[in-house]
Amino acid sequence: MTFDIPKEVNSHKVLEITVGATTEQGGTRSHTIQVGGSAALPFHFFEGELPNKPAVAMEVFDVLPSRYPDYLKAYYQDVIDNPGDMAKKCVDEYGAELISVRLEGTHPEKGNRSAEEAVETVQQVLESVSVPIIITGHSHFEKINAVMKKVCEATAGENCLINFVETDNYKTIAAACIAYHHTLVAQSPIDLNLAKQLNILLTDMSFPPEQIVMDPLTGTLGYGLEYTYSIMERIRTDGLGGDKMLAFPMLVNSGYESFRVKETRTPEEENPAWGNLESRGAYWETGTAMSLLAAGADLLIMYHPQAVETVKKKLEQAFKTETGE
Amino acid sequence: MMALSGLDIFKLLPKTNCGDCGVPTCMAFAMKLAQKKAELSECPHASEDAASAIGAASEPPIRLVKIGGGSAFEAGNETVMFRHEKTFFHPTGIAIQLRTTEAKELLSKKIKEVEDYSVERVGEELKADLFFITHDSDSSEDLLSTIQLAKQNSSKGIILDCPEENTLRAALEMLANDRPAIFNRKEPSEQIVSLVRESGASLVLTSPSLDDLVSQSQKIREAGVNSIILNLESHNSIDQLQHNTFIRRSALKNNFKPLGYPILKFIRGNSPYDNLADAALLTCKYSSIVVLPEYDKAQLFTLLTLRQSIYTDPQKPIQVDAKVYPIGDPTPDSPVFVTTNFSLTYFIVSGEIENSGISAHLLIVDTEGQSVLTAWAAGKFVGEKIAKFIKDVNLEEEVKTRKIVIPGLVSQISGDLEENLAGWEVIVGCQEASDIPSFIKSVDLT
Repeated sequence: MTFDIPKEVNSHKVLEITVGATTEQGGTRSHTIQVGGSAALPFHFFEGELPNKPAVAMEVFDVLPSRYPDYLKAYYQDVIDNPGDMAKKCVDEYGAELISVRLEGTHPEKGNRSAEEAVETVQQVLESVSVPIIITGHSHFEKINAVMKKVCEATAGENCLINFVETDNYKTIAAACIAYHHTLVAQSPIDLNLAKQLNILLTDMSFPPEQIVMDPLTGTLGYGLEYTYSIMERIRTDGLGGDKMLAFPMLVNSGYESFRVKETRTPEEENPAWGNLESRGAYWETGTAMSLLAAGADLLIMYHPQAVETVKKKLEQAFKTETGE
Repeated sequence: MMALSGLDIFKLLPKTNCGDCGVPTCMAFAMKLAQKKAELSECPHASEDAASAIGAASEPPIRLVKIGGGSAFEAGNETVMFRHEKTFFHPTGIAIQLRTTEAKELLSKKIKEVEDYSVERVGEELKADLFFITHDSDSSEDLLSTIQLAKQNSSKGIILDCPEENTLRAALEMLANDRPAIFNRKEPSEQIVSLVRESGASLVLTSPSLDDLVSQSQKIREAGVNSIILNLESHNSIDQLQHNTFIRRSALKNNFKPLGYPILKFIRGNSPYDNLADAALLTCKYSSIVVLPEYDKAQLFTLLTLRQSIYTDPQKPIQVDAKVYPIGDPTPDSPVFVTTNFSLTYFIVSGEIENSGISAHLLIVDTEGQSVLTAWAAGKFVGEKIAKFIKDVNLEEEVKTRKIVIPGLVSQISGDLEENLAGWEVIVGCQEASDIPSFIKSVDLT
């Protein structure tokens, strides 16, 4: 007996978003990266087009987070305090497809660096690598608005992914993205309706939908994944089912979230059942990334080079077979 | 979906109201059948058509399969494609591979370690579930002694991968009361099928082709074996995810019986990192058993934590025990923080206090797993309740400090709490957990 594969074809698809701009497009990147565009659930090649492999970005810092583990520092050694050099290493050696520049140091309590200094850091990274750039901020509204405005202006035309705005603080940064042509991350706290509401607010102020990436604020393994996993699955099923305000690509910060919890920082001696610390760090981020890819992640910002290698290999294998390369 | 209504069943009955089943009318009997309070065999006049229709309807779309004696491992009986539609019922079983060519001392050590391995998370003890014994030595003695070691040192269920029939027969005799699963690398012979039928074991069917797997499954079902596990070999884990989706969808949506069984996946990547990635993906997407080729504590801890999340009932928030948790190395003078017993709240708040570098007492109040605002709105996280809990756990004798920090989201309870808690200073904390480290720097908590 032959077996008929049970297919469920969706009537709608997720928007395809482009990050970065080449010289012809008004930027300085060597190429752009497309995310999203899916017409089927994650990895369901058999029932719909999945035009873009989920993209893997890595992150560099204006000020290194105090909790950044030593075993990660060891991968960067002398370049860790130089965001440009670190970005280059991420791209050349560890295969980063985009670079996120985290501007945590501009937070008034974490260094209070000025907007001008932030611009310098971002420009340093733009000069060091040719891949598209993500610019990642924080939740101190007053400061980050000032910083992002300057950064958006200074990088006009680059189509950076500006990460992030939230419901209580979206207008200034969204307006800067429109004015200087950047793409935007709409972040909402683990809730489908709040996510949708923010997308509606953005499109109501004429923000172009094809410049929105969603971040449903996923944590790492053991920190609410039972919620975030299902929120992402529901966002994706609803998006494919025709809810336009949920049909955006989704971003996951698996690196930032994974390396600030005790599970990736407690030595084996303190908790023998948790096993070897360094491999645990890579496992933890890999497990977070793989499960959230299954739930619908289109873009990951990762930290651990071993996890990056593992996850990228899985994605490349799958997309190579399916596109018949 | 698959269940027949009372009326559907009534149509299949003789409609004679003879009462031979002990119920006065056929309609009443049909209602009892629909509620599974009666069995069709109680009706002496039911036709064969009725028996097969009602029998098939009562069979769950994905059969429950058990491995091991005593408190056996269970897989199957799932009812949904997405956990948010209801819940996933039977967590993916983690099997650790043992090879009979491994030195006996090492095997014995590994078995004991896996048996003893346990990690606590939100009140649950997380463990591996099964051993997968691969007979790759030339001597049947090696298999028998490995089984012996596993039986002596562990109560976990066993999956046997033994391509040699006579050896398998001897092994099954040793496991007569242990309900093992027999892993077949190719279509099992009639002898193996009859062995399994006699022993109560289950059969793992293997094929790289879905059509072939369906035909194997049909044959085995016809031979009277219904304890089946499916192993559809795939190129990579993303390929496997698609195959697993076909299988579960066919079972649930089309009630396609030959695929209505749990799925086993033998993980064999190029590195432990690969293996973790594959096992994580397939824990989310429909593998009921994953076999890991290595015993690696960090890998196991990661996978067990993921499994707990995916197989938690989405309707019931995970709760932590209501009590005082030490953060860092608190002394009686260290400050007290209070929040709810919603697990996510607990994990995030305890993590952020830890990140601040100070030591503290974290008082977790029972709010039935609700988060701060929800619990406050429901009257479960209010001054009176918190004050009472502080008395119940004798906190005033345990600590000397009289400073307690409440979540910024419920600043409105501070007056109420102070009234109920004489001698304490109630400090309103920040609204977002991520601001805890900077909040701690900004106030005097000593």
